[in-house]
Amino acid sequence: MSAGYGRRATGDGRKVLWLLLVLGCLVAFAAIAPASAGVLPEDRADVLYHRYDGGGVTIHGPSVLVRKKMAEKYSISANYYMDMVTSASIDVETSGASEYKEERTQYNVSLDYLRGKTTYNVNYTSSEENDYEAQTFTFGISQDLFGDLTTISLGFSKGADTVMRTTRDPTTGRRIVDPTFSEDVDRWSYRVGVSQILTKSLITTLGLEVITDEGYLNNPYRSYRFVQPGDTRLFALATEIYPHTRTSNAVALNAKYFLPYRAALAGGYRFYTDTWGIKANTFSIGYTHPLGSTPWLFEVSYRFYDQNNADFYSDLFDRANEQNFMARDKELSTFSSQTLRIGASYEFARNGWGFIKKASANVFYDRIEFDYEDYRDARYSLLDSADPAFRPAGSEPFYAFGANVFQVFFSAWF
Amino acid sequence: MKKRLAVLASILCLSACGNIEPWVKPYEREALADPIMSFDANPVSTAYTHHVFEAREGARGALGSAGGGCGCN
Amino acid sequence: MRSTPLKSWLRSAAFAATLAVSSLVGASASRAPSFTLPSRSGDTVSLEQLKGKVVMINFWASWCGPCRQEMPLLDQMYKRYSPLGFTLLGVNVEANSKDAEKLLANVPVSFPVLFDTENKVSKLYDVNAMPSTVFIDRQGNVRYLHRGYKPGDEGEYLNQIRALLKE
Repeated sequence: MSAGYGRRATGDGRKVLWLLLVLGCLVAFAAIAPASAGVLPEDRADVLYHRYDGGGVTIHGPSVLVRKKMAEKYSISANYYMDMVTSASIDVETSGASEYKEERTQYNVSLDYLRGKTTYNVNYTSSEENDYEAQTFTFGISQDLFGDLTTISLGFSKGADTVMRTTRDPTTGRRIVDPTFSEDVDRWSYRVGVSQILTKSLITTLGLEVITDEGYLNNPYRSYRFVQPGDTRLFALATEIYPHTRTSNAVALNAKYFLPYRAALAGGYRFYTDTWGIKANTFSIGYTHPLGSTPWLFEVSYRFYDQNNADFYSDLFDRANEQNFMARDKELSTFSSQTLRIGASYEFARNGWGFIKKASANVFYDRIEFDYEDYRDARYSLLDSADPAFRPAGSEPFYAFGANVFQVFFSAWF
Repeated sequence: MKKRLAVLASILCLSACGNIEPWVKPYEREALADPIMSFDANPVSTAYTHHVFEAREGARGALGSAGGGCGCN
Repeated sequence: MRSTPLKSWLRSAAFAATLAVSSLVGASASRAPSFTLPSRSGDTVSLEQLKGKVVMINFWASWCGPCRQEMPLLDQMYKRYSPLGFTLLGVNVEANSKDAEKLLANVPVSFPVLFDTENKVSKLYDVNAMPSTVFIDRQGNVRYLHRGYKPGDEGEYLNQIRALLKE
């Protein structure tokens, strides 16, 4: 096992100590600061329907959120989220498997406590599907400083996942969860953020997040491919082998600017790097336009993303076990994506309706185009060699696909 | 290690000079308090959007922020 | 005697310093700076005219959540104590009054609402939180300052009104 990938989490013990020290200073400062207070998030309820269609995959489902203040000091929220998946993705087709259906359910509970100008937050998320369970616990603290022009926030998350896999029951022929397979993943995440008001019309934020994963980090269904020893035009598959740890660093700068005729301009950039050799850039710009004094609000935004491949990624290896670590996950390949979003919101009950202060109906549509530079469409080499569309393994065209993402949601504030 | 001590020292210094006069007065924060200036006006939508990208990309993290708004109380 | 910009700057700086120091204690006794502002009912209101009354000045804006929350309670206080020599001035700090007017159309109040569109009075009173509430006694001295509003603060307001009315 290569030393670079086998790094243990000892460096992270130091990081936790340092984080606790900074946290301690902020808490101490909060204690001596004047006792005027910040503001808790508003009470609200949201019901959302989401739908993703792209690359042979359809995922849709609801997301419901309720948030309520209590005693003017606490704000509690609960979220129920579901993904209903039907997948005949290129990975599924390449492996010769058939389309599968799956459901994932996620619950989240969050509590905010406001004391003076400090907000403390605890958060628990649990996600479940037949072959994957994940639980995450988060603690965060945020502090307003310098006449509320600056907000500093710190966050720490600990996650624990259980990776399982389904297999075909030899006796019944039905898909069941393989009782012999169960692996764990542990995750630690540290976040620091500063939000700074620069002028009456301009606010900026700077965020930094370090995440470390440890455990079984690959997908038990996914394979890497290597040139078939008998026929070099074809490929064979074998289960991916990933390093047992991954540490990533991301830093992001965002800004929002208020245009005098009442509109908002947003921009952001994030730089990402990790111990798997991936470097990624994310650029985004957005424009929000309320239509005069009507209840309509429109939004348009553009996002550009690019990354280079992980060190142990290859679309086609020369032979089985060519390296210690091998992956063919297109998420780890060299690719870029562009997203264009248009959105419309309609605000109703602007002057209140019973106990509802205001409400809105919203639609967002995203078109995402993915362009892979070193992940090939392996289906071309699975065709009959006499087929004019056939391409030998390693010469297939690079993969690209587009996805449509819809969100329709209603929000009510009370 | 030295870099971390420097950051910690600067945080403590900044806390000590908590009497920097805010150059945007609380009564000048009308634009900043406008909901269109919020980074996260629709939390369910933002969370879903982040999930769509994170599930398909290698990069993760550094999303989300707190701050801005009316600066009341 | 006309106030030059320097004189009024010195005046508000001195006032701010006193207020800053005394607000640590919560109470103070310094002269309330005088001002004249247009009111919602069309006329102008000046602080000088109100000498002899207990005056509560509440600085508010339509975009400020806690300000909107406390408005109905301030209205109740005004209705109850104005026959006894108390008055409440709601000073709106927005540059454009139309959002304030829209809010008042939905949440009407009976106390005088003044428009400080150029923020002259906000600067004079060194408003550094939204909302801010200032209590002025019958002699024209600033006695109490409240920064921000949390439900429950109105209890303290009532105690201070009653104390000042007794003087």
